[in-house]
Amino acid sequence: MSFFDTDNERLAHEVISRYPRARSAAIPLLHLAQEQEGWVTPAAMVQIAELTDSTPAEVFGTASFYEMFKFHPVGKYVVNVCTNVSCQLLGGEELLEHAEASLGVRAGGTSDDGLFTLEDVECVAACTEAPCFTVNYRYFHRATTGSFDEVVADIRAGRSPIHRGAAGDDGELPEHGTLGRVRQHMTDDRRAGIEAPEDVTGAPPWLAAAPDGEG
Amino acid sequence: MGSAYVTHAAGYVDNGGPKLVTSRFGYEDSHTLARFEATGGYVGLRAALEKRPAEVHGEVREATLLGRGGAGFPAGVKWGFCPEGVWPRYLVVNGDESEPGTYKDRLLMERDPHQLIEGCLIACYALGLSQCFLYVRGEMALAQERIATALNEAYAAGYVGREILGSNFSVDVVLHWGAGAYIVGEETALIESLEGNRGMPRLKPPYFPAAIGLYGKPTIVNNVETLANLPWILENGAAAYRRYGSESSPGTRMFAVSGHVKRPGVYEVEQGVTTFRDLFYGEDFCQGIREGHELKMFIPGGGSAPWFFEEHLDLALEAAEVSAAGSMLGSGAIIVMDDSTDAVKACHRLVRFFARESCGKCSPCREGTGWEEKILQRILDGHGRPSDIDLLLDVGDNISPGPYPVAAHAAEGLEVVPFPPRQTTICPLGPSSVAPIVSTIRRFRHEFEARITRGDTIPVSAAPATAGGAGA
Repeated sequence: MSFFDTDNERLAHEVISRYPRARSAAIPLLHLAQEQEGWVTPAAMVQIAELTDSTPAEVFGTASFYEMFKFHPVGKYVVNVCTNVSCQLLGGEELLEHAEASLGVRAGGTSDDGLFTLEDVECVAACTEAPCFTVNYRYFHRATTGSFDEVVADIRAGRSPIHRGAAGDDGELPEHGTLGRVRQHMTDDRRAGIEAPEDVTGAPPWLAAAPDGEG
Repeated sequence: MGSAYVTHAAGYVDNGGPKLVTSRFGYEDSHTLARFEATGGYVGLRAALEKRPAEVHGEVREATLLGRGGAGFPAGVKWGFCPEGVWPRYLVVNGDESEPGTYKDRLLMERDPHQLIEGCLIACYALGLSQCFLYVRGEMALAQERIATALNEAYAAGYVGREILGSNFSVDVVLHWGAGAYIVGEETALIESLEGNRGMPRLKPPYFPAAIGLYGKPTIVNNVETLANLPWILENGAAAYRRYGSESSPGTRMFAVSGHVKRPGVYEVEQGVTTFRDLFYGEDFCQGIREGHELKMFIPGGGSAPWFFEEHLDLALEAAEVSAAGSMLGSGAIIVMDDSTDAVKACHRLVRFFARESCGKCSPCREGTGWEEKILQRILDGHGRPSDIDLLLDVGDNISPGPYPVAAHAAEGLEVVPFPPRQTTICPLGPSSVAPIVSTIRRFRHEFEARITRGDTIPVSAAPATAGGAGA
């Protein structure tokens, strides 16, 4: 029985085609599963195993190493508050406490309405913009308790809060699971050609053709 | 001196210095192909394609482009470690920026993705690489989106893929992304992750994946900022590049200065010329410590670096100089702490980070970082024991034996121990957890003692009893 819907199954094959070995696609496919369902289900891992020449246990072994993969349902919006040093120095821990009180959950928990999961996270690379938090991995810089509440209010009201955050990002805030809203596509006529390492016998033809051979 | 570019919430400030990698940051549409082409984009690639691959490699070697990910190893030398006659060879771009305090690769990926792609292509051409994987940190959704868009544009326009710019040169560049694990920034862990495995570092030797890397094949792993320098170097030449910075550290570097300064931001700075004092107090830079406070300490190169103090302010931002003084410039992450900072709390937070992020492969790190965190937590909770200070140092010594790198302090009779630390582990994560411990205990032992002493005076059940009985 297949987990991925028709479109995502096609996408999964497209992703796999970009790697010399299918197993390298494991993490992108786990993300795709999470995008479809909001979390990584056992059925998803069974199909990913089939697609990547692995066993479901191996897929779970890989997936469970990485914090972003969830093995139980989480909120539609995963709120990550950074409390690492740069943010701690400027109120990251107080922001987390405010978030806990405001959302009514402790870090790690999901609000009763299933809308928000709150996490206390490590450095997210916005250190000069401390304190900061992300919602579904969209950044909100130089946060205050007030700006946090505005973002939450926007989401509850069905408005995108992205304009309150990082420079350059715009558009809608997707539900948990969707990362980049644009996917890479490689057309067949533009591909250089991706081969399994064992099928490559020598230097790339263009290099062999260069005047002095190897770089 | 005086070279700087600021990106912060207020926007972008051009301070009039050299901008080798941030030249497009002032444009709203800096991430688009149209802007890139209008501002010298892919000129470096065209220049490279007019040379033989070995000449391109030679140019990079001559430029002495030091790696910007943390270790500072010269890229041109690293490239030379690919064994002859072994194919295919791969390029893996390390965009897994996660070191506490580090914020520069995300900017480079979000704001100028084509510059990075151009750098990748130049490296692939120089070394005859068959395929490039751009490994972006999982949490960086906008960076992934911008790179995907840029790759789609670049493929369509003939810059990437088959017969690039009408030449024979053909290479595929693939966007890959992680899922949340600091340790994947270690290059062999990055390769494991890219193979679809748990991101655990590989046993050394070989020390460089250029010998045995992705799928067991020669693999070059370079940091985003390192590769972002290549278009400029190929367009202007190694000699022009070496006119910036110092003899041993040419060019510029991006430094994220965070914490208690008036104007935190990411600054592109000439290496070896600018000092920490310039950066923290200069009008063009951070403009001083926040009002009413004095500098207490600073971390010069990310959470893994031993801490510096006021007497180190006049050191230049130069890798060798900083290492000799007992720390590292690392990933260009400078965290400034003023006199309001609780050294024990800051130490605990960094140690908690390493405990959380330990992959669990090596016992000294897996057990040691967790133990360190528990000791520090109980000190913070008021249950510290007088023996805990020495115990922390002992646990650290099991992970990193012998004298740990430390900044000199003449008044306290401390002699400098240069970087890097020794390690009983496969990778430097465990030893990094010792940096905040040794740094704070050697300098602020009295803060630990005060907390422990205070803790002794607080009864364990300090909360007043309620009608429901104790512990209700």
